[in-house]
Amino acid sequence: MELDPLLLSRFQFAFVVSFHAIFPVFTIGLAAYIAVLEALYYRTDNPVWEKLSKFWIKVFALVFGMGVVSGIVMAFQFGTNWSTFSYSAANFLGPILSYEVVTAFFLEATFLGVLLFGRDRVPKGAHLFSACMVAIGTFISSFWILSANSWMHTPAGVELSDGIVQVTSWTQAIFNSSLPYRFAHMALASFITGGFVVAGVSAWYLLNGRNLETSRKALKMTIIMLAIATPLQLVVGDLHGLNTFENQPVKVAAMEGHWNTQEGAPLILFAIPDSRNETNHLQIAIPKLGSLILTHSLDGEVTGLTSVPPEDRPPVGIVFWSFRIMVGLGIIFILLSLASAWQLWHGRLEQSPRLLRALTWMIPLPFVAVLAGWFVTEVGRQPWLIQDLMRLNDGVTPSLTGGMVLLTLVGYIAVYAVVFTAGLHYLKRVITAGPDPVDAAPKDDTARPKRPWSAVPTGLEDEAAKERS
Amino acid sequence: MELIDLTLIWIVIIGIGVFMYVLMDGFDLGVGILFPFAPDDAARDEMMSSVAPIWDGNETWLILGGAGLLAAFPMVYAVFLPALYIGVFLLLAGLIFRGVAFEFRFKAGSDSRHWWDRAFFGGSTVAAFAQGAVAGAYIQGFEVVGFSYVGGPLDWLNAFTLMTGLGVVTGYALLGVTWTILKTEGNTRDWAYRLAPKLLAAVMAFFLIVSIWTPMASEHVRDRWFDHFTALWIFPLMSVLTAAWVLKKLRQRRDAAPFIGSMTLFALFYIGLLVSMWPYAVPPEHTFWDAASDPGSQLFLLLGVLFLIPIILGYTAWTYWVFRGKVKAGEGYAGH
Ligand code: HDD
Ligand code: HEM
Ligand code: HEM
Repeated sequence: MELDPLLLSRFQFAFVVSFHAIFPVFTIGLAAYIAVLEALYYRTDNPVWEKLSKFWIKVFALVFGMGVVSGIVMAFQFGTNWSTFSYSAANFLGPILSYEVVTAFFLEATFLGVLLFGRDRVPKGAHLFSACMVAIGTFISSFWILSANSWMHTPAGVELSDGIVQVTSWTQAIFNSSLPYRFAHMALASFITGGFVVAGVSAWYLLNGRNLETSRKALKMTIIMLAIATPLQLVVGDLHGLNTFENQPVKVAAMEGHWNTQEGAPLILFAIPDSRNETNHLQIAIPKLGSLILTHSLDGEVTGLTSVPPEDRPPVGIVFWSFRIMVGLGIIFILLSLASAWQLWHGRLEQSPRLLRALTWMIPLPFVAVLAGWFVTEVGRQPWLIQDLMRLNDGVTPSLTGGMVLLTLVGYIAVYAVVFTAGLHYLKRVITAGPDPVDAAPKDDTARPKRPWSAVPTGLEDEAAKERS
Repeated sequence: MELIDLTLIWIVIIGIGVFMYVLMDGFDLGVGILFPFAPDDAARDEMMSSVAPIWDGNETWLILGGAGLLAAFPMVYAVFLPALYIGVFLLLAGLIFRGVAFEFRFKAGSDSRHWWDRAFFGGSTVAAFAQGAVAGAYIQGFEVVGFSYVGGPLDWLNAFTLMTGLGVVTGYALLGVTWTILKTEGNTRDWAYRLAPKLLAAVMAFFLIVSIWTPMASEHVRDRWFDHFTALWIFPLMSVLTAAWVLKKLRQRRDAAPFIGSMTLFALFYIGLLVSMWPYAVPPEHTFWDAASDPGSQLFLLLGVLFLIPIILGYTAWTYWVFRGKVKAGEGYAGH
């Protein structure tokens, strides 16, 4: 069989962008948290905040580093694998991505240096300012990249002439109709991700009786935040879905598993979609609820997949299942954060080992939800690259051969496997070592071995070992 | 043509952007290239610390180069990247390894640190080489039909681009070694002072070879330099004089001058390259004007860029100011 450069390019893009995506969602949330900690420290001078901030900055430095290097790959993927698409859409995408660089990336990258290494070199206020700039930078960055991405789902403000996108209205193109929902949904996803990681790690310390003072404070803050953010995510997600229903009804049909256009459509909880026979197997459904959610009426009409020819339909299974994973996790998140908040309110959270353990287990799940969400969005858009304007096979680089793409795909997988394994390993080490104890005497720098600047001191191994023994 | 030529303005902006990248990331890639040759672990620690707070900002200029090309000269973006497909992968893989090495190396125990030393060296060297090869491929030109690249996957790799690649590796090493002189003291600086003249000689040798070879590799360049004897010859002449000046300052053991001199040297090489290639964006046929995006798009971005670049330069300068002076052993250790 001949290697298909298009299919391999899709794999490659999905792989590198999914790998990249797990870092920003975490760093966006964490950067905001660090800025809050720095602000609290600035206001109160309470060393607990400083210890917490220093600790999470160590984690941040590691994760941000991986986010940066995988992001640089993204900036070139468009050109290497989707050059025809890049060329056609350059009049819009080019300025948007460039604005992301000049408004966000420089801000993040430059102030990051001061945040990580400048604590003793700049006044306290300047350090806080740097923390804020990094946090703001991450949001500006998501704004632009999501604008670009949303525009591919709900293109506006452009016309196509000779296959080239010409912008007719910048405001319409940038603030296209799905952007507000996607931005809000993604911002909340970042808070939820950051929140669950901080909560999970703090719960783990509490379970092990370590770093009690800092962990108590961190857990309390994040549980309150999560109790607000997770239900809000359900609301925003619902609104997001309504917007998609308006603009990309076929995607919604795939999400919902509806084959035929019908009035009073059911809400399908479980099914095994079968594309060949255009039907579902083993379907469990609640009658009429689907129409109620999407049209706010029991007999509203809901578009089905068969309303378009098979070659215009996305792969149903992936979209259908990813959607259920995301929403299912979303509901688990809501239940768990509300239960934790309830116990916190009654002063019993620390005495609820099962809840604390559940919070610890939760750590990887927001990442799963985020990736599942992106899979719904992106796979649901197929076969369109720009909805209703450009198809996937018109966007791929013509000079690519299957062998080239396979070579680089294997290369990226190998490189990322090494980086990811090592990154996780060092993260585990930082977390096992934990924050500095709050009452520790100020460290005597002169007694230390000659070691340079790093966001994380070396010798962690020894410290961790000491801690364990 | 319009009242103001937006394309010309964008050539200047991208030209400056690429140059900023070469200068700024050049020295920190150079530090990586020199890593295995450093006298001891303490020196390596100091060298890495001297670039740790700033490398990420430096590398952002590369992303601006990529995104800016897509915005202003989409044809360059859409031809170069497919044509250099494998080379771009190597560049990115190199940047990934050296990027994570900063954080990982300091977290690794003494038993595994040397792996990240190697990653830092290998990543920096491969990335520098790939950049040099890209420059070489640009000089040679691309096989293009319409706005798509139609050549083969390894057209960019041949003896000439090998030479430009190695030239850039040595050039960055020179920037790195003079930066090390600027930022360190004692043992490390002594070592750097010893190494610098050798690297300077190697850079000038590559400069000579590439200068002779380039007109042979590209007809267009041959015409530019030899068809009629032009004032352009001032640039190579100045390069030689600058090299001599750097050598003198190295002998006098001036800490700052060699770095400034090496940057000047790079500026002269760069100008020489630009005047050689002018006005071709995608040689041998397409000029910058052929490669340009819609004027509306160019203008939309220009307004923001003119406003934002001074601000970026402002806070970049501020961080360099914060981290000015020699790296002090044991300092920072910061984040905690
Ligand atoms: C919702 C947020 C979001 C999304 C969907 C993406 N990114 Fe990203 N990206 C970020 C949010 C982000 C960030 C939080 O701003 C990062 C993480 C680490 C960093 O430096 O900035 C980042 C880093 C980052 C960098 C390196 C910046 C630096 O060196 O400082 C590049 C070049 C990109 N991204 C490009 C992309 C592209 C082309 C994407 C499209 C597929 C993409 N990102 C998806
Ligand atoms: C960061 C989170 C993102 C994730 C996890 C993600 C995920 C995916 C996945 C899984 C695919 C493959 C779909 C398929 O081929 O079936 C894809 C395709 C694609 N996405 Fe995204 N995406 C993300 C963000 C973006 C953004 C921000 C953009 C644009 C600015 C974008 C543009 C594209 C393009 C150009 C393709 C390739 C063509 C295609 O297969 O549709 N993606 N993405
Ligand atoms: C709680 C119920 C939730 C609902 C009803 C919901 C709804 C949706 C919908 C309809 C989409 C697809 C939009 C489109 O492609 O047009 C989507 C995408 C997405 N979801 Fe959710 N979601 C929920 C929870 C979550 C959670 C908990 C997370 C992560 C922590 C999450 C992360 C994402 C991401 C990253 C995307 C892709 C980006 C985007 O298009 O916004 N979602 N969500």
